[in-house]
Amino acid sequence: MMERLVVVGNGMAGVACVEQILKHAQKFEITIFGDETHLNYNRILLSSVLAGEKAADEIQLNGLEWYAKHGIVLRLGIRITDVDAEGKMVTGDDDSKTPFDKLLIATGSTPLIPPMDGLEKEGLFVFRNLDDTRALLDRAAPGKKAVVIGGGLLGLEAARGLQVQGCDVTVVHLMDTLMERQLDLTGGSYLKAKMECLGVKVLLERSTTAILGNGKAEGVAFKDGSSIEADFVVIAAGIRPNVELGRKAGLQVNRGIIVTDYMETSNPDVFAVGECVEHNGTCYGLVAPLFEQGKVLAATITGNRGPVYRGTIQAAKLKIMGVDVFSAGNFSEKAPGTDAVRYEDPALGIYKKLTVRDGKLAGVILVGDTSESHRYMDWLRSQTDLTAMRRQLLFPGPADDAGLDVAAMADGKVVCGCNGVTKGAIIHAVHEKGISTLAQLKDSTRASTGCGSCTEMCQQLLKAVAPEFQEEAKKSLCKCIPFPEDKLREILRSQRLRSVQEVLEIYGNGVGCEICKPALSYMVDMLWCGDHDEDRSARFINDRVHANIQKDGTFSVVPRIRGGVTSAKELRRIADVAEKYNVPMVKITGSQRIDLLGVKKADLPQIWADLGMPSGQAYTKGVRMVKTCVGTDFCRFGVQDSTKAGVELERRLEHLYTPHKLKMGAVGCPRNCAEATVKDIGLVGQEGTWQVVVGGAAGKKVRKADLLITVESTEEALQAATLFFQYYRENANYLERTYDFVERKGIENVRRDTVYAPLATQQGLRERLRKSKRISRDAWLEGDAPRHPTQFVQIEPLEKVQA
Amino acid sequence: MNNKQWIRVTAMQNIPLREGRSVNVAGREIAIFNLGDRVLAIDGRCPHQGGPLAEGIVTGSTVVCPLHAWKISLETGSITKPDENPACVATHRTRIESGIVLVEVPEASQEMEERPLSCREQNRARLSASPSSSPAL
Repeated sequence: MMERLVVVGNGMAGVACVEQILKHAQKFEITIFGDETHLNYNRILLSSVLAGEKAADEIQLNGLEWYAKHGIVLRLGIRITDVDAEGKMVTGDDDSKTPFDKLLIATGSTPLIPPMDGLEKEGLFVFRNLDDTRALLDRAAPGKKAVVIGGGLLGLEAARGLQVQGCDVTVVHLMDTLMERQLDLTGGSYLKAKMECLGVKVLLERSTTAILGNGKAEGVAFKDGSSIEADFVVIAAGIRPNVELGRKAGLQVNRGIIVTDYMETSNPDVFAVGECVEHNGTCYGLVAPLFEQGKVLAATITGNRGPVYRGTIQAAKLKIMGVDVFSAGNFSEKAPGTDAVRYEDPALGIYKKLTVRDGKLAGVILVGDTSESHRYMDWLRSQTDLTAMRRQLLFPGPADDAGLDVAAMADGKVVCGCNGVTKGAIIHAVHEKGISTLAQLKDSTRASTGCGSCTEMCQQLLKAVAPEFQEEAKKSLCKCIPFPEDKLREILRSQRLRSVQEVLEIYGNGVGCEICKPALSYMVDMLWCGDHDEDRSARFINDRVHANIQKDGTFSVVPRIRGGVTSAKELRRIADVAEKYNVPMVKITGSQRIDLLGVKKADLPQIWADLGMPSGQAYTKGVRMVKTCVGTDFCRFGVQDSTKAGVELERRLEHLYTPHKLKMGAVGCPRNCAEATVKDIGLVGQEGTWQVVVGGAAGKKVRKADLLITVESTEEALQAATLFFQYYRENANYLERTYDFVERKGIENVRRDTVYAPLATQQGLRERLRKSKRISRDAWLEGDAPRHPTQFVQIEPLEKVQA
Repeated sequence: MNNKQWIRVTAMQNIPLREGRSVNVAGREIAIFNLGDRVLAIDGRCPHQGGPLAEGIVTGSTVVCPLHAWKISLETGSITKPDENPACVATHRTRIESGIVLVEVPEASQEMEERPLSCREQNRARLSASPSSSPAL
């Protein structure tokens, strides 16, 4: 008969340990108790849930099928209240009694609540589990004043999450520097500046004495007599190991349940792992040590006593997007023989410090740039002699060959610190299991499923080793804001940033340039479907005055003539305008439109009014036109009404902006008179069907468009075209034409993500397009209602001076 | 030859934050920029092909010409992109009085008679004579 193993705690430590136990010979019937009602989830990512970057169900680690597959009985929502170590029985708060042969205590920790008055008041929160997170999300709302007591990792992550939810957040910290366990004074001041730049207020050296308010929290009072207002208060002042069960089981308990190097407690049938244990005088509150302990414990409990746990080098990473903080080892400079090696750049907010003792790395602090954290962790773990590298300690080696770092690593080096996955293990998995994607790698090895900081390195390894791995070329937008564009879109969306200047101040150099400003302007407009904070100073001149600047500083005016179909009346108005304003050149364009060239900026509003036609957007990265042939009305060959279809397509998309200019065409037969097959989007009429084609070009490059889909009705053709249109808007990089975009994505993928996408995906694209369209308007309406009094005005000096 | 005069140009609020506006003062086209904490003025045309600098995107304390993206320092008038470019535009001192922007320009007649100084010489002389523009408000 198999032994009965009862695990108390369904958290990361307990379940990870069970996973390790399962790797040994099957010898237990396992029951897991969890006092939360959720399946096992990644607690590290709760701050991402609070910040809206992840949904609650995205952080689940083991699904029900995992428990079922291993025959594990899962009892959720039950708290084990008592244990009888002699009689080998645990009692739950539902009065259930469960016998065991071996007991594993993985009860974790609970938030530490410092003594203060008014703790019973409503509106007091902690931030420890998924229910806490949900309660905070319910409570958080724009304009609400939140006070977070505690300026450690968790407190800061909670603060940023609440701020992203719109709250006005103040962090109150007892010590004179934030994250004092991980940072020195200088590092703390860099971090404080960054948090304040994000808009989180920070109060240091404040000892909270009371929660104020009549029944509910309305503020907090400090020892110095001052106080601040609050709509709610979050306490994140540290954790306390949950040791009550250990005590009841008669185990030796200090701050945590005491364990040996073999992860044994003072009772041979009772084990403990995770935050509730104390090893060699240390209680750990971070994830990597728990996994290491779990491995050793798994060996011991399955009768393979041998591996030992010798403690873990503490390493911490702050998980706030755009605030990079990493700390490991001992950063104190006080120990004799310790040298501190520093680098700082206040303008960039970068601070790095290494402490070196006896030629070996003792500790590291990185603020503002954590890209080298892996290298330093390796030096810490391996205690590499740094004497020969002394001059290059703070500078990365030549990084021209991206694979070099990975290639230079020994097979035994740990890539994923959270799960203890080595380079060798990853390479083995790639070869043995034919892994070629990051998702497969995660499933197979658990690498990069913890804090995610090794994702980049895992990708590099895959790139180097997996024959089929394809990585998208990730180029930073520009020097001002060093993120690839897809990452930026994710940041802007999750952090709810609506203004270019805000993005630059938080994630960039605060200044921006002619490359990133227009790109970010497009991004905020697209992401928020037009409901963004428009900043004209970040736009190119064409988008400030809605006309195309010419070499002499004058502008050109192209009114919208949908599908190239105009009328005598319209042409007469255009002619009148050309005469009235002495327009130097009137030109028929290649896009079946009319261009009035050489217009003065100050004349633009009146010209638009006289024309009485909407903007043709010929000056911008946006919807240009649909070029059409005469279709069925007059042409004797036409088999589809391309004119009507083209006019309708233009009407549905006009006034919208795109990553680059977007030209379309619609032809009524395969003779292709309006050149639809070399347009960004083309409708090609055939007998009884339409072909919708995308990614064509007849500019710097000539490219025949790819077939997206063939459909029967005109409405279906329009639907397919607009679906692709929104997909391009959301996924292309700024200044990436459809022909580059389609080639980069691959037309099969484009089809899969648009016309063959699940209905919900298609509906999402359509809904966002509808919203953008609803908010969009003819830019030339600004002629009557300028955004700024001098938008189109030539300023005359107040004082006349004789020239 | 150093005759300069301060000219009242326009209300501060006529120049939007981080944008420029062009104005003709004493026969000169001048581009005035609102950088938030200060106002800077330079000659209005790019030395490359005469692009209107007031229409450029402001990036920190430089402006990018809208025609071919030359970058010009609003503080010194020198070209910061393309590199090692000897060309330069004249800078003009500014100050703000009761919400009105004033610009200091050479008297128009003077320039015609004197040996025209290069913009570099002018800027150097101006910079050594006194601190650059005074802070706004």
